[in-house]
Amino acid sequence: MILSKIFKNTLIVLTACIVLSACATKKEIASDIKGSMQGDVYTGTDTVEYLAEGVPDRVFFATNESILTTASRETLRAQAAWMRKNSSINVVLEGHADERGTREYNLALGERRANAAKDYLMTYGISSDRITVLSYGKERPVDSGSNPLSWSKNRRSVTVKAN
Amino acid sequence: MIKKIITLFLILIPINSYALIEVDITRGNLDPLPVAVSPLSIDEQSRKSFEKALKKKNIGEEISSIVENNLSTSGLFNPLSKEAFLQAPDIANLKPRFEDWNLIKAQALITGKVNYVDDKLRVEFRLWDVLAAKEMMALAFTTVPSNWRRVGHIISDKVYERLTGEKGYFDTRIIYVAEEGPKTQRIKKLAIMDQDGFNNKFLTLGNELVLTPRFNPTSQMVTYLSYFKNLPRVYLLDIETGTQEVVGDFPGMTFAPRFSPDGKKIIMSFAKDGKSDIYTMDLENRIVERITNHPSIDTSPSYSPDGKFITFNSDRSGYQQIYIMKSDGSNVKRISFGNGLYGTPVWSPRGDLIAFTKLHKGKFYIGVMRTDGKGERLLTENYYQEAPSWSPNGRVLIFYRETKTNDKGEGFTAKLWSIDLTGYNERQIKTPTDASDPSWSSLLSN
Repeated sequence: MILSKIFKNTLIVLTACIVLSACATKKEIASDIKGSMQGDVYTGTDTVEYLAEGVPDRVFFATNESILTTASRETLRAQAAWMRKNSSINVVLEGHADERGTREYNLALGERRANAAKDYLMTYGISSDRITVLSYGKERPVDSGSNPLSWSKNRRSVTVKAN
Repeated sequence: MIKKIITLFLILIPINSYALIEVDITRGNLDPLPVAVSPLSIDEQSRKSFEKALKKKNIGEEISSIVENNLSTSGLFNPLSKEAFLQAPDIANLKPRFEDWNLIKAQALITGKVNYVDDKLRVEFRLWDVLAAKEMMALAFTTVPSNWRRVGHIISDKVYERLTGEKGYFDTRIIYVAEEGPKTQRIKKLAIMDQDGFNNKFLTLGNELVLTPRFNPTSQMVTYLSYFKNLPRVYLLDIETGTQEVVGDFPGMTFAPRFSPDGKKIIMSFAKDGKSDIYTMDLENRIVERITNHPSIDTSPSYSPDGKFITFNSDRSGYQQIYIMKSDGSNVKRISFGNGLYGTPVWSPRGDLIAFTKLHKGKFYIGVMRTDGKGERLLTENYYQEAPSWSPNGRVLIFYRETKTNDKGEGFTAKLWSIDLTGYNERQIKTPTDASDPSWSSLLSN
C-alpha cells in the first residue's frame, strides 16, 4: 500500500517536472536582467529566513500562479528532509499573494499556493497531520513596494514552525 | 431595531400641483439644479433647549446644512450660497416671495422650522417649486433630539425622491474596515458610520485581522471575515448587541460572505486543498449547501435581488472571470469576455446591472455590465481600486482605492470613494483612519 502510494506520488512529481521544465526553458530565455527574478518569480534571498542551516523557509510564485518552480521544489525537499529529521515539529504553511489582485480572490490564491507546497511536502513523506495551511491573501506583504520586484517577494508560501 | 430608534410621525399634506422641476439622474449631470436651502427657523426658547440638550448653538441651521451637504454631494443639485438669500427663514416657510428666490436663480426652495416639544424634536419642512410658485411637498415629523442628523438625512431623501422620482440614499450607513499601521502589518477594525462620514464608530478592537463586512437587508446584522485565533472564518455580528458568532463548522478557511436578499442565508466561499467553492448556510436551520464544485477558485458570490441567480468570479477558464448561475448552482454561464481579469461582481439592487473590478494592463477599473455581460462601461481607472458596493437606490457605487508607494515603499493609503453610475461625480468619503471594504446599508427609514 505504502509503496504503491509512494510510486503514485513519484509519478505525479515526475509528470509535474516534465511539464514544469517545458515552462522553465521558455522562461529562462526571458530571464530577468535584475538577477533576482526569473520570469516574474523571485529568485533572490533578501526576505528568506532559515528553518535550519540550508533549509530556506519560503518559496515564490509567478503572478496568478501556484506552480512550484525548480528552485521551490528544491527548497521544499530540504524542508521535507528537515521535518523527517525533526519528527516532533509541525508547520503552518502561510500562503500569500501580491497587492495586484482583488482581496477575496487573493485569499483563495494564497490558500492554493500554500496547498501546492503542502502537496509537495507530502510527496516527500510528510504527513498532512503535521501541516496546517493558512492563507493571508494580500494582507501581510513582506515588501511594501509597488513594483514588480516587491510584488515577486510577496507572492510566497512561508513554512513556519507551529510548535 | 434601528427603525425603532426613530419614531416618525409623517403628516403628509397632499400636493396637487404638477411638478415642473425634474432632475434627470440617468445622465451625467453637469448642470446641477440650483436649490436654495433656507435654514430651518427656530424660536428662541426651542433654540435654547436644543443648545442645552445637544450642545449645538442653532440646530435649525445644523440640520439644513446636512441637507445642503447631501444634495451637493449627490452631484445633482447645487445649493446656493445663503448670503444671497433675501427672505428670513421663518417668513419663507410661511409664504416664500418667489420673485426673490427667482432673482438668485433658485429653482427649488427648501424651508422649514424646528420646535422643542415635550423633550422631542419636531421638524416640518416644505419643498417649493420657485418657477411655478407652488408648494411641492410638506412633511412634519417628531423624534428624539439625538436623532437630529438623521432628520437632515430624511429631509434630503424626501427632497431627492420628490425631485428625481427615485428613492434617496442619504439616511444610510456604511460599514467598512478601518486601517492603520505600516503596510506590512496593518491593523484592521470593523467600523460603521453615517453615509456622510459622521457618527463613526469602531466595532472591533483590532486584535485580529477583519475583512469584507457586509450588511444584511435590514442593516442590523453584518457578516465578515475574521482571523480570530488565526482561523480565517466567516462571522456574523449583531450591530445592536455586539454578539458575534462563527458561521458554520468548516474544516478550513471560509471567506467572501454576503447575505441572501431575504437575509436568511449567508453565501460564501470555502477553501480546501487549493480549491475554493461556493456554499450557503441557512441561518435558521444551519443547513449548509454546496453550490459549486469545481477544481478552480470560485469566489465573491452575490445574489440577484430576487434571489434566483448568483453572480461570482471563477478562474475555471484559466483566469479570473465573472459568471452567473441559478441559485442552486445549475446553468453556470460566463458573462465577462473583455480583455483583462474580472472580479468582485455585485448585483445591482435594481437587478439590471452587475458592478465589478477589472484589471487590465496594470490598471484597475470599477465598471458595470448588464447581467448578460453586454454593455460593459468602465466608470473609473486607477492604480488600485476594487470592491464596489451599491447605494440602495442603485445610483451610486462606493469602493476603496489604494495608492502606489514611493521608491522607499512609503506613502501607502487606502480610502473610500464613491462614483455615480453615470461615471461622474467621483468623490472621496472622509474617514478618521484609512479605510477599505465598504458596504452600503439599506435605507434605514422608508
